[in-house]
Amino acid sequence: MRKAIKTILGASVVAMSLIAPAQAAGDAKHPGVIDWSFNGPLGTYDRDALRRGYQVYKEVCASCHSMNQLSFRNLSQEGGPEFSEAEVKAIAKEYMVEDGPDDYGDMYEREALASDRFVAPYPNDNAARAANGGAYPPDLSLINKARSGGPDYIHALLTGYEEAPEGVEMRPGLYYNPYMAGGKIAMPSPLMEDLLEYGDGTAASVEQMSLDVTHFLNWAAEPELEARKRAGFMVLIYLAIFAGLMYASMRKIWADLH
Amino acid sequence: MAEQDKPTAEQPNRRDFLYLATGAFAAVGVANVVWPLVHQMNPDASVKALASIEVDLSSVETGQSITVTWRGKPVFIRRRTQAEITEARAVAVTDLPDPQGDGERVQKDEWLVMVGICTHLGCVPLGQSGDFNGWFCPCHGSHYDTSGRIRKGPAPKNLEVPAYEFVNDTRIKIG
Amino acid sequence: MSGESTYDPGTGFTQWLDTRLPILRLAHDSFVDYPTPKNLNYWWTFGGILTFCLVTQIITGIILAMHYTPHVDFAFNSVEHIMRNVNYGWLIRYIHANGASMFFIAVYIHMFRGLYYGSYKAPREVLWILGVVIYLLMMAAAFMGYVLPWGQMSLWGATVITNLFGAIPLIGENIAIWLWGGYSVDNPTLNRFFSLHYLIPFLIFGVVILHIWALHVPGNNNPTGISVKSEQDTVPFHPYYTVKDGFALSLFLILFSYFIFFAPNVLGHADNYIQANPLVTPAHIVPEWYLLPFYAILRAVPDKLGGVALMFGAIFVLFLLPWLDTSKVRSARYRPLFRQFYVLFILDCLLLGYLGAQPAEGIYIVLARIGTIYYFAHFLVVLPVLGLVEKPKAIPESISEPVLAAKPAE
Repeated sequence: MRKAIKTILGASVVAMSLIAPAQAAGDAKHPGVIDWSFNGPLGTYDRDALRRGYQVYKEVCASCHSMNQLSFRNLSQEGGPEFSEAEVKAIAKEYMVEDGPDDYGDMYEREALASDRFVAPYPNDNAARAANGGAYPPDLSLINKARSGGPDYIHALLTGYEEAPEGVEMRPGLYYNPYMAGGKIAMPSPLMEDLLEYGDGTAASVEQMSLDVTHFLNWAAEPELEARKRAGFMVLIYLAIFAGLMYASMRKIWADLH
Repeated sequence: MAEQDKPTAEQPNRRDFLYLATGAFAAVGVANVVWPLVHQMNPDASVKALASIEVDLSSVETGQSITVTWRGKPVFIRRRTQAEITEARAVAVTDLPDPQGDGERVQKDEWLVMVGICTHLGCVPLGQSGDFNGWFCPCHGSHYDTSGRIRKGPAPKNLEVPAYEFVNDTRIKIG
Repeated sequence: MSGESTYDPGTGFTQWLDTRLPILRLAHDSFVDYPTPKNLNYWWTFGGILTFCLVTQIITGIILAMHYTPHVDFAFNSVEHIMRNVNYGWLIRYIHANGASMFFIAVYIHMFRGLYYGSYKAPREVLWILGVVIYLLMMAAAFMGYVLPWGQMSLWGATVITNLFGAIPLIGENIAIWLWGGYSVDNPTLNRFFSLHYLIPFLIFGVVILHIWALHVPGNNNPTGISVKSEQDTVPFHPYYTVKDGFALSLFLILFSYFIFFAPNVLGHADNYIQANPLVTPAHIVPEWYLLPFYAILRAVPDKLGGVALMFGAIFVLFLLPWLDTSKVRSARYRPLFRQFYVLFILDCLLLGYLGAQPAEGIYIVLARIGTIYYFAHFLVVLPVLGLVEKPKAIPESISEPVLAAKPAE
């Protein structure tokens, strides 16, 4: 059987290397690989980047994009931007949410609490579509997991706007971006130099804002990442030792037989 | 790995130790797997975040009660009459099954705030009934007084007073 | 179950129980003193690994059902609730989602081991058929499970697969409507898929018991394919194979953990993190990797009914395998020609799997057709003919003979 396996593996590698180039030549430009701090088996988020990224989301993206899966309280949880609870309360207070009905059956507006979800810019999908020329700005809670290429793709998209090349016809309301499948995207380039002023004094270049907001969006999509990788590391160490013990036990037991 | 396996002599001790270590190590692993499987049933982060509510009391007249929902449970808020307060104060605390003075159970004499769950088996007691003009649990016949203390029947404890605070004169925050 | 029971009930409670419900005797004879060929290699450890996978899926599945809501308005959000709010919810969901893939990795190795060593041949035909039944149930469970998160791939995968039944002449349309409980995949579909997804693992569990029963009557096959001749050829299952299976399982768990903790989404599809939208179809619908070869077969045929028939035929041909293979020799060790065709067959399955993930156009369609034809030819032409023309190598007298000769190879 061993020989059979070798043949199969060998043949598969050859076959893959023959077919792979055909597959890689897709429609969209391939995003560059970025060395995110959360990559790798012991990767963690950069708290400062997360906080700056939240600022970018709040001041730029949030005017069109919802983040329905997140609550304000998430901003203070372990493994995230780790704002203090007081800071989170203050952030939540800036928003009004509808609550009710009250004792008279009426709905009313109140200040948001830490336990409330992020407040969406539009009341529903249709309103969002109508306000954006028919293109629905997707919810960003899971965007890094919902796009192949993940954070590399998001960053490439945010910073990759170009003039449409000769021969590519652009309808009004569409913009050219080589990283988007088909090259045309309904979102205008959202970032420009010094669009905002970072609280920590970092220079707000397009590159910096894109990296920060992508970092933040990755946390939003995978808030468990730090705990997961930490646990995984312990589990692998445990299993390696356990496998060693099992192997030794097996050798001892089978040694009796001969 | 192979050298120490030479079956030169019986080495029951070393052998047993290996099996014991493997077994113990496996047990540690199982215990660590069981915890997440158990802990997942505890209140999750979204439930814990909804721990407090605010209630407007301005429309509650003396002698009236309202019931609000807090953590999925009814909370009784009663604006007590002077007679009820006097009655609650008149009891000798040491004679009670669960001794507690009325002063320990209220922040303002007029306002009694407590979780409306019978401490016996979790039914919701009826207001202004029973032998002590307080609450009466119809499930198994527990009688509570005008301070919500158990006086008669199978319930072991007084009705629970939740953590709350007055935000202003007519608003309280429970939890 | 074969031979005399060696169980000693001792005294007291165990003896009392033994005369009333001899369950400990059954367990002892099945998993402790069960005589097992002493030359089983690591390919035989996957039976135990599969049992582990089944139990893991059932436990994590029951837990997920405690937090999941099978309704189109809430399903997607309830899965995110599990990932974000439930204590260790992300861990349990990632175990369950990747556990499905691990289950299929193990079952494919288990099946290809059976194919290589002729484990489906007399007297183990029923054992093999029960195995194919389990495999079919696994595919049904996996397919319905993938619908539950109610992402884009869930909805559109379900739409494509349930539309297959529309290919059945005359009643096809009505069957599809009956499956949906409506006129498209919608809330009633999701709700019933959840119910069935919860049921099927217990059916699998039942068939697994039959599978083990059918194994223990003739006893294990082994790498030589030679039947057990004497007690010298066997060792008791415990501790020899419990420890070997345990060691193999611990290695398998390392692979499993790698996926759970460090690459939990590589086996899934990004589009399934977009909530299902009945108005927008994803550019490229692909099933989970373990169904890809069948998907390639489906798309290789230009006719709808033909494609569906061939796809199901590709599974049903496995039921006939014990009678299609005419060779009396079980193990491929002694069948040099078969061994080469076996390698070709695996390559064909891998090719079909690869093609199932590619767009159905151009060269991919042509290759898929060739792959499909070869897939069926392997069962319907190669195996029957090979048994008649192949000259097997010399077969040893007993299991012990090559074992003693080959020592100390593990």
